[in-house]
Amino acid sequence: MSILARVVQWFADPAHWTGTDGIPTRLVQHLQLSVESVLIGAAIALPVGIALGHYGRFGNLAMNISNVGRAVPSFALLVLAFQIFGLGDAPIIISLTALAIPPMVTNSYVAMQEVDPDVKDAARGMGYRELAQVLLVELPLAVPLLMAGIRTSALQVVATATLAALIAGGGFGRYIIDGLDQQDYTKLVAGAILVALLALATELGLAAAERLLVPRGIRLLRAPSARRVTYKAA
Amino acid sequence: MPGHLFLDYVDPWINWDWLSTHVPVFLAALQEHVTLTLIAVGVGLLISLPMGVVAHRWHALRNPVLTLFGIFYTIPSIALFALLIPYTGLGTLTAEIGLVGYAVLILTRNVVVGLEAVPNDVLDAANGMGYRPLARLVRVELPLALPAIFAGIRIATVTTIGLVTITAVIGLGGLGQLILQGLVENFHTPLVVATLLSIVLALVADLALAGSQRIALPWSRSA
Repeated sequence: MSILARVVQWFADPAHWTGTDGIPTRLVQHLQLSVESVLIGAAIALPVGIALGHYGRFGNLAMNISNVGRAVPSFALLVLAFQIFGLGDAPIIISLTALAIPPMVTNSYVAMQEVDPDVKDAARGMGYRELAQVLLVELPLAVPLLMAGIRTSALQVVATATLAALIAGGGFGRYIIDGLDQQDYTKLVAGAILVALLALATELGLAAAERLLVPRGIRLLRAPSARRVTYKAA
Repeated sequence: MPGHLFLDYVDPWINWDWLSTHVPVFLAALQEHVTLTLIAVGVGLLISLPMGVVAHRWHALRNPVLTLFGIFYTIPSIALFALLIPYTGLGTLTAEIGLVGYAVLILTRNVVVGLEAVPNDVLDAANGMGYRPLARLVRVELPLALPAIFAGIRIATVTTIGLVTITAVIGLGGLGQLILQGLVENFHTPLVVATLLSIVLALVADLALAGSQRIALPWSRSA
């Protein structure tokens, strides 16, 4: 029987849809690790990137942090965190958070930098205080690139969460790592399909969220995805 | 160490004695790492230059090609390797298909973006001077697109150096193999040293490419 037929059979087997090693459990684990890491990362990275972009300070730092982030192998980050913090979700979330921060800092910096200075002047002329100007004028205009950064980070986190199985973590990576260990190619390929689908769903889901969040007035202006930072960690 | 039990042993972050006797292991891993990266970026460039030119020339192809590449780019490398293993086995072929693939995705986009950034006035001037399409492409458009292409090479190289570590899972990995050894044997030294070497390799490669760009393409300094 071909490998594809066996994979189809694997997915059809109800035993793979229940229990602690079932697809729903693994999906929840994978999503939980990813969502927590992206949220913590966003809480750290977005204020920093937005503030740096608004004041136009430390541009080199904001731009170079994603170069440095690219140079640090995500796999090594996971293993190092495991050696320092031991078993459990903590080392996984810490390393995934560290991975999520650089693209969000760079993209939010660029997003705020690219707000038209004339618009800022107009806002000031209309009597906006600084905080109101940032929240009501600059941020809405920055949403497209800001969201591109969040998408990039989320995608890297979902991809790298797969590797968490190497340090005894849960998630879809379990099928891939266990499949390799047990030379069970059916499980291996099934796991790979699940990981790839989850990555695609993340990308498309956040693209849809972006469309909802972008103010109507600037939706037609440009396609920000073209200027998204190219970033692949795993 | 009299009076010390085995359990009292604390693994230091770097065991210099062990490291000093294992330098050749690290050099071999570094060499494998560099080789895998060079093949990926080199072959990637050979594929993506013509591809980028075609996607730029036949405008109807541009958006479908870049969208399709964007979708492929979202597939995590570990998933791609796992999908290939039943067909191409554990080893270099599987690793390079993935690594070359991702390099092509990065580079093609930059070739297209670089060619698009050539000002229309320049194209008009080249036409007016009697350049045929092929000569115009080679002698006018590509040189002006080179800064963007170089930026793509830098990103592809640094990205590939990171992705190579992941191929440890399929039995290769270069320095990633030593990171995996550190994990499996619960031994800090190979893990820490290989991680540092991998970061240094990426930064040195990036700086070297930036430096050679300044020398080879003096007109890109302002870009």
